[in-house]
Amino acid sequence: MSFINYSSREINCKIVYYGPGLCGKTTNLQYIYNKTNPEAKGKMISLATETERTLFFDFLPLSLGEIRGFKTRFHLYTVPGQVFYDASRKLILKGVDGVVYVGDSQMERMEANIESLDNLRQNLQEQGYDLDKLPYVVQYNKRDLPNAIQMSELEEQLNPTKVPSFEAVAPKGIGVFDTLKAVAKLVLTELRKGG
Amino acid sequence: MIQQLVMYEEELQQINRICEILHRDSNAKAVLVIDKNGQEIAQAGDTQQLDVTSLSSLTAGNVAATGGIAQLLAEREFAGQFHEGEKTNVHISIVGQRVILVVLFDERSSLGLVRLRVRKAAAELTVVLEVMVKKSTLGIGQPSVFSEITDDDIDNLFND
Repeated sequence: MSFINYSSREINCKIVYYGPGLCGKTTNLQYIYNKTNPEAKGKMISLATETERTLFFDFLPLSLGEIRGFKTRFHLYTVPGQVFYDASRKLILKGVDGVVYVGDSQMERMEANIESLDNLRQNLQEQGYDLDKLPYVVQYNKRDLPNAIQMSELEEQLNPTKVPSFEAVAPKGIGVFDTLKAVAKLVLTELRKGG
Repeated sequence: MIQQLVMYEEELQQINRICEILHRDSNAKAVLVIDKNGQEIAQAGDTQQLDVTSLSSLTAGNVAATGGIAQLLAEREFAGQFHEGEKTNVHISIVGQRVILVVLFDERSSLGLVRLRVRKAAAELTVVLEVMVKKSTLGIGQPSVFSEITDDDIDNLFND
Protein backbone atom coordinates (compact mmCIF):
# COMPACT_ATOMS: atom_id res chain seq x y z
CA MET A 1 0.00 0.00 0.00
CA SER A 2 1.85 3.05 -1.22
CA PHE A 3 1.46 6.14 0.87
CA ILE A 4 0.99 9.39 -1.04
CA ASN A 5 1.50 12.54 0.92
CA TYR A 6 0.18 15.54 -1.00
CA SER A 7 1.16 17.81 1.82
CA SER A 8 4.89 17.03 1.82
CA ARG A 9 4.72 15.90 -1.83
CA GLU A 10 6.11 12.44 -1.23
CA ILE A 11 5.32 8.98 -2.53
CA ASN A 12 6.36 6.13 -0.24
CA CYS A 13 6.44 2.58 -1.55
CA LYS A 14 7.36 -0.74 0.04
CA ILE A 15 9.34 -3.38 -1.82
CA VAL A 16 9.93 -6.81 -0.31
CA TYR A 17 12.76 -9.19 -1.25
CA TYR A 18 11.55 -12.75 -0.83
CA GLY A 19 13.31 -16.09 -1.31
CA PRO A 20 14.74 -19.17 0.38
CA GLY A 21 17.31 -19.02 3.17
CA LEU A 22 20.81 -17.92 2.12
CA CYS A 23 19.74 -16.96 -1.41
CA GLY A 24 21.22 -13.47 -1.05
CA LYS A 25 18.35 -11.15 -0.15
CA THR A 26 20.34 -9.33 2.53
CA THR A 27 23.37 -9.22 0.21
CA ASN A 28 21.23 -7.40 -2.39
CA LEU A 29 20.31 -4.73 0.15
CA GLN A 30 23.88 -4.47 1.43
CA TYR A 31 25.18 -3.89 -2.09
CA ILE A 32 22.53 -1.24 -2.76
CA TYR A 33 23.37 0.41 0.56
CA ASN A 34 27.11 0.45 -0.17
CA LYS A 35 26.71 1.86 -3.66
CA THR A 36 24.15 4.57 -2.95
CA ASN A 37 25.02 8.21 -2.25
CA PRO A 38 24.71 9.05 1.45
CA GLU A 39 22.06 11.71 0.79
CA ALA A 40 19.82 9.21 -1.02
CA LYS A 41 19.73 6.58 1.70
CA GLY A 42 18.90 6.18 5.34
CA LYS A 43 20.41 3.75 7.79
CA MET A 44 20.24 0.06 6.91
CA ILE A 45 18.76 -1.95 9.71
CA SER A 46 19.31 -5.69 10.02
CA LEU A 47 17.46 -7.62 12.68
CA ALA A 48 19.66 -10.69 12.53
CA THR A 49 20.77 -13.57 14.73
CA GLU A 50 24.30 -13.79 16.13
CA THR A 51 25.25 -15.84 13.08
CA GLU A 52 24.01 -13.07 10.80
CA ARG A 53 20.93 -14.92 9.60
CA THR A 54 17.97 -12.57 9.19
CA LEU A 55 15.71 -12.94 12.21
CA PHE A 56 12.90 -10.53 11.38
CA PHE A 57 13.80 -8.22 8.51
CA ASP A 58 16.40 -5.96 6.92
CA PHE A 59 15.28 -2.46 6.12
CA LEU A 60 16.77 0.13 3.79
CA PRO A 61 15.07 3.46 2.98
CA LEU A 62 16.05 4.88 -0.43
CA SER A 63 15.20 8.13 -2.23
CA LEU A 64 15.11 7.82 -5.98
CA GLY A 65 14.58 11.46 -6.89
CA GLU A 66 11.53 13.45 -7.97
CA ILE A 67 8.75 12.64 -10.34
CA ARG A 68 6.36 15.47 -11.24
CA GLY A 69 7.42 17.33 -8.12
CA PHE A 70 6.90 14.36 -5.83
CA LYS A 71 9.83 12.84 -3.94
CA THR A 72 9.85 9.08 -4.45
CA ARG A 73 10.93 7.04 -1.47
CA PHE A 74 11.29 3.30 -1.54
CA HIS A 75 11.44 1.23 1.60
CA LEU A 76 13.24 -2.01 0.86
CA TYR A 77 12.63 -4.97 3.15
CA THR A 78 13.90 -8.53 3.16
CA VAL A 79 12.12 -11.42 4.84
CA PRO A 80 13.85 -14.12 6.88
CA GLY A 81 14.29 -16.99 4.46
CA GLN A 82 14.42 -19.90 6.86
CA VAL A 83 11.31 -22.03 6.71
CA PHE A 84 10.36 -21.74 10.38
CA TYR A 85 10.13 -17.94 10.30
CA ASP A 86 6.90 -18.05 8.32
CA ALA A 87 4.91 -15.96 10.81
CA SER A 88 7.43 -13.13 10.43
CA ARG A 89 7.37 -13.34 6.63
CA LYS A 90 3.60 -12.86 6.62
CA LEU A 91 3.91 -9.69 8.70
CA ILE A 92 6.50 -8.16 6.41
CA LEU A 93 4.32 -8.68 3.34
CA LYS A 94 1.64 -6.45 4.82
CA GLY A 95 1.27 -3.30 2.75
CA VAL A 96 3.68 -4.46 0.05
CA ASP A 97 3.76 -2.56 -3.26
CA GLY A 98 6.27 -4.67 -5.14
CA VAL A 99 7.99 -8.04 -4.75
CA VAL A 100 11.43 -9.27 -5.78
CA TYR A 101 11.76 -13.02 -5.65
CA VAL A 102 15.43 -13.98 -5.26
CA GLY A 103 16.12 -17.53 -6.38
CA ASP A 104 19.30 -19.48 -5.66
CA SER A 105 20.80 -20.83 -8.92
CA GLN A 106 22.44 -23.84 -7.29
CA MET A 107 21.09 -27.25 -8.25
CA GLU A 108 20.74 -28.40 -4.64
CA ARG A 109 18.61 -25.35 -3.73
CA MET A 110 15.98 -25.97 -6.37
CA GLU A 111 13.56 -27.58 -3.95
CA ALA A 112 14.00 -24.73 -1.47
CA ASN A 113 13.39 -22.24 -4.30
CA ILE A 114 10.12 -23.85 -5.28
CA GLU A 115 8.99 -24.16 -1.68
CA SER A 116 9.74 -20.48 -1.05
CA LEU A 117 7.91 -19.38 -4.20
CA ASP A 118 4.83 -21.39 -3.21
CA ASN A 119 5.09 -19.89 0.25
CA LEU A 120 5.24 -16.36 -1.24
CA ARG A 121 2.09 -16.94 -3.29
CA GLN A 122 0.28 -18.47 -0.33
CA ASN A 123 1.28 -15.76 2.14
CA LEU A 124 0.28 -13.01 -0.27
CA GLN A 125 -3.08 -14.64 -0.76
CA GLU A 126 -3.63 -14.66 2.99
CA GLN A 127 -3.08 -10.89 2.99
CA GLY A 128 -5.51 -10.41 0.12
CA TYR A 129 -2.93 -10.02 -2.66
CA ASP A 130 -2.51 -11.90 -5.91
CA LEU A 131 1.12 -12.31 -7.00
CA ASP A 132 0.04 -12.16 -10.64
CA LYS A 133 -1.43 -8.70 -10.11
CA LEU A 134 1.42 -7.22 -8.08
CA PRO A 135 4.52 -5.51 -9.47
CA TYR A 136 6.83 -8.51 -9.38
CA VAL A 137 10.27 -9.43 -10.73
CA VAL A 138 12.52 -12.46 -10.37
CA GLN A 139 16.26 -12.51 -9.74
CA TYR A 140 18.43 -15.61 -10.21
CA ASN A 141 21.32 -15.11 -7.86
CA LYS A 142 24.68 -16.92 -7.58
CA ARG A 143 25.08 -17.25 -11.34
CA ASP A 144 28.86 -17.46 -10.86
CA LEU A 145 28.80 -20.73 -8.94
CA PRO A 146 29.93 -23.89 -10.77
CA ASN A 147 26.80 -25.81 -9.78
CA ALA A 148 24.42 -23.16 -11.14
CA ILE A 149 21.54 -24.60 -13.15
CA GLN A 150 20.90 -23.43 -16.70
CA MET A 151 18.77 -20.32 -17.01
CA SER A 152 16.17 -22.03 -19.17
CA GLU A 153 15.44 -24.54 -16.42
CA LEU A 154 15.25 -21.85 -13.73
CA GLU A 155 12.85 -19.85 -15.86
CA GLU A 156 10.67 -22.86 -16.43
CA GLN A 157 10.51 -23.80 -12.76
CA LEU A 158 10.49 -20.41 -11.06
CA ASN A 159 9.01 -17.98 -13.56
CA PRO A 160 6.02 -19.62 -15.22
CA THR A 161 4.25 -16.27 -15.63
CA LYS A 162 7.28 -14.79 -17.44
CA VAL A 163 7.72 -11.64 -15.40
CA PRO A 164 10.95 -9.64 -15.89
CA SER A 165 13.89 -11.71 -14.63
CA PHE A 166 17.54 -10.97 -14.03
CA GLU A 167 20.75 -12.95 -13.59
CA ALA A 168 22.74 -11.82 -10.59
CA VAL A 169 25.88 -12.20 -8.55
CA ALA A 170 24.81 -10.10 -5.58
CA PRO A 171 28.15 -9.70 -3.71
CA LYS A 172 29.66 -8.26 -6.91
CA GLY A 173 26.58 -6.20 -7.65
CA ILE A 174 25.85 -7.92 -10.97
CA GLY A 175 22.13 -7.62 -11.65
CA VAL A 176 21.35 -5.96 -8.31
CA PHE A 177 20.42 -2.49 -9.53
CA ASP A 178 18.79 -3.87 -12.70
CA THR A 179 16.45 -5.85 -10.46
CA LEU A 180 15.68 -2.88 -8.22
CA LYS A 181 15.06 -0.55 -11.15
CA ALA A 182 12.73 -3.04 -12.80
CA VAL A 183 10.55 -3.51 -9.73
CA ALA A 184 10.55 0.22 -8.92
CA LYS A 185 9.39 1.01 -12.46
CA LEU A 186 6.61 -1.54 -12.19
CA VAL A 187 5.51 -0.05 -8.85
CA LEU A 188 5.36 3.47 -10.28
CA THR A 189 3.56 2.23 -13.38
CA GLU A 190 1.00 0.55 -11.13
CA LEU A 191 0.61 3.80 -9.21
CA ARG A 192 -0.14 5.59 -12.47
CA LYS A 193 -2.85 3.05 -13.29
CA GLY A 194 -4.49 3.64 -9.94
CA GLY A 195 -4.07 7.41 -10.19
CA MET B 1 -6.36 -5.05 -2.74
CA ILE B 2 -5.87 -2.98 0.36
CA GLN B 3 -6.87 0.68 0.25
CA GLN B 4 -4.09 3.09 -0.55
CA LEU B 5 -3.47 5.79 2.02
CA VAL B 6 -3.52 9.33 0.71
CA MET B 7 -2.67 12.29 2.89
CA TYR B 8 -3.95 15.75 2.07
CA GLU B 9 -2.87 19.10 3.48
CA GLU B 10 -5.97 19.64 5.61
CA GLU B 11 -5.77 16.32 7.46
CA LEU B 12 -2.01 16.55 7.91
CA GLN B 13 -2.41 19.95 9.54
CA GLN B 14 -4.98 18.49 11.91
CA ILE B 15 -2.74 15.52 12.74
CA ASN B 16 0.23 17.84 13.30
CA ARG B 17 -1.86 19.97 15.64
CA ILE B 18 -2.98 16.92 17.63
CA CYS B 19 0.67 15.82 17.92
CA GLU B 20 1.79 19.23 19.11
CA ILE B 21 -0.92 19.42 21.75
CA LEU B 22 -0.14 15.90 22.92
CA HIS B 23 3.56 16.75 23.05
CA ARG B 24 2.88 19.83 25.16
CA ASP B 25 0.21 18.40 27.46
CA SER B 26 2.06 15.17 28.22
CA ASN B 27 5.46 16.84 28.76
CA ALA B 28 6.84 14.41 26.21
CA LYS B 29 10.19 14.58 24.43
CA ALA B 30 8.67 13.71 21.09
CA VAL B 31 5.51 12.42 19.48
CA LEU B 32 5.33 10.46 16.22
CA VAL B 33 2.45 9.25 14.12
CA ILE B 34 3.39 6.31 11.90
CA ASP B 35 1.38 4.32 9.44
CA LYS B 36 1.16 0.60 10.19
CA ASN B 37 3.54 -0.16 7.32
CA GLY B 38 6.27 1.91 8.90
CA GLN B 39 5.95 5.22 7.04
CA GLU B 40 6.19 8.34 9.15
CA ILE B 41 3.14 10.60 8.93
CA ALA B 42 3.71 13.35 11.47
CA GLN B 43 6.04 14.33 14.28
CA ALA B 44 6.24 16.88 17.06
CA GLY B 45 8.78 17.84 19.70
CA ASP B 46 12.49 17.17 19.82
CA THR B 47 12.91 14.88 16.81
CA GLN B 48 16.07 16.37 15.30
CA GLN B 49 18.33 13.94 17.12
CA LEU B 50 16.14 10.99 16.17
CA ASP B 51 16.45 8.71 13.17
CA VAL B 52 12.71 8.95 12.54
CA THR B 53 12.73 6.72 9.45
CA SER B 54 14.40 3.83 11.27
CA LEU B 55 12.29 4.38 14.37
CA SER B 56 9.14 4.25 12.26
CA SER B 57 10.08 1.04 10.51
CA LEU B 58 11.17 -0.72 13.70
CA THR B 59 8.11 0.42 15.64
CA ALA B 60 5.82 -0.82 12.87
CA GLY B 61 7.70 -4.13 12.88
CA ASN B 62 7.31 -4.32 16.63
CA VAL B 63 3.59 -3.58 16.44
CA ALA B 64 3.16 -6.13 13.64
CA ALA B 65 4.98 -8.78 15.68
CA THR B 66 2.90 -8.00 18.75
CA GLY B 67 -0.23 -8.17 16.62
CA GLY B 68 0.90 -11.59 15.42
CA ILE B 69 1.27 -12.73 19.03
CA ALA B 70 -2.21 -11.38 19.79
CA GLN B 71 -3.71 -13.43 16.97
CA LEU B 72 -2.02 -16.58 18.23
CA LEU B 73 -3.60 -15.92 21.61
CA ALA B 74 -7.00 -15.24 20.02
CA GLU B 75 -6.84 -11.57 21.02
CA ARG B 76 -7.91 -8.97 18.44
CA GLU B 77 -4.88 -6.82 19.11
CA PHE B 78 -2.82 -5.48 22.00
CA ALA B 79 -3.75 -1.84 21.84
CA GLY B 80 -0.71 -0.53 23.64
CA GLN B 81 2.92 -1.17 24.54
CA PHE B 82 5.28 0.47 26.98
CA HIS B 83 9.08 0.23 26.96
CA GLU B 84 10.91 1.55 29.98
CA GLY B 85 14.45 2.79 29.50
CA GLU B 86 16.97 4.38 31.86
CA LYS B 87 16.46 7.81 30.33
CA THR B 88 13.79 7.49 27.71
CA ASN B 89 10.51 5.61 27.83
CA VAL B 90 8.37 4.75 24.86
CA HIS B 91 4.58 4.51 24.81
CA ILE B 92 3.15 2.92 21.67
CA SER B 93 -0.54 2.68 20.82
CA ILE B 94 -2.58 1.72 17.78
CA VAL B 95 -5.15 4.30 16.73
CA GLY B 96 -8.15 3.57 14.56
CA GLN B 97 -6.57 0.22 13.63
CA ARG B 98 -4.56 2.15 11.05
CA VAL B 99 -1.82 4.25 12.54
CA ILE B 100 0.61 4.02 15.42
CA LEU B 101 0.99 6.81 17.95
CA VAL B 102 4.42 6.88 19.61
CA VAL B 103 5.25 9.05 22.62
CA LEU B 104 8.86 9.32 23.82
CA PHE B 105 9.16 10.74 27.33
CA ASP B 106 11.61 11.02 30.22
CA GLU B 107 11.47 11.80 33.96
CA ARG B 108 9.72 15.11 33.31
CA SER B 109 6.57 13.14 32.61
CA SER B 110 4.99 9.90 33.81
CA LEU B 111 3.31 6.89 32.29
CA GLY B 112 0.00 7.87 33.90
CA LEU B 113 0.04 11.34 32.39
CA VAL B 114 1.09 10.04 28.98
CA ARG B 115 -1.67 7.42 28.99
CA LEU B 116 -4.26 10.03 29.93
CA ARG B 117 -3.22 12.46 27.19
CA VAL B 118 -2.81 9.70 24.60
CA ARG B 119 -6.40 8.61 25.17
CA LYS B 120 -7.68 12.09 24.29
CA ALA B 121 -5.35 12.48 21.30
CA ALA B 122 -6.26 9.01 20.02
CA ALA B 123 -9.95 9.88 20.01
CA GLU B 124 -9.27 13.03 17.99
CA LEU B 125 -6.94 11.23 15.62
CA THR B 126 -9.54 8.56 14.96
CA VAL B 127 -11.95 11.19 13.67
CA VAL B 128 -9.34 12.67 11.31
CA LEU B 129 -8.37 9.21 10.07
CA GLU B 130 -11.95 8.36 9.26
CA VAL B 131 -12.23 11.46 7.09
CA MET B 132 -8.91 10.59 5.43
CA VAL B 133 -9.99 7.06 4.59
CA LYS B 134 -13.29 8.34 3.23
CA LYS B 135 -11.50 10.85 1.00
CA SER B 136 -9.05 8.19 -0.21
CA THR B 137 -11.89 5.82 -1.02
CA LEU B 138 -13.86 8.40 -2.94
CA GLY B 139 -10.74 9.84 -4.56
CA ILE B 140 -11.71 13.37 -3.64
CA GLY B 141 -9.63 16.13 -2.16
CA GLN B 142 -7.20 16.83 -4.95
CA PRO B 143 -6.89 15.61 -8.51
CA SER B 144 -4.33 12.81 -8.85
CA VAL B 145 -1.11 13.80 -10.59
CA PHE B 146 -0.13 10.21 -11.16
CA SER B 147 -2.36 9.54 -14.11
CA GLU B 148 -0.22 12.08 -15.96
CA ILE B 149 3.08 10.34 -15.25
CA THR B 150 4.75 9.28 -18.48
CA ASP B 151 7.18 6.45 -19.19
CA ASP B 152 9.84 9.13 -19.65
CA ASP B 153 9.18 10.48 -16.15
CA ILE B 154 9.76 7.03 -14.74
CA ASP B 155 12.83 6.38 -16.91
CA ASN B 156 14.33 9.73 -15.90
CA LEU B 157 14.36 8.62 -12.27
CA PHE B 158 16.85 5.93 -13.15
CA ASN B 159 19.25 7.90 -15.28
CA ASP B 160 22.57 7.58 -13.52
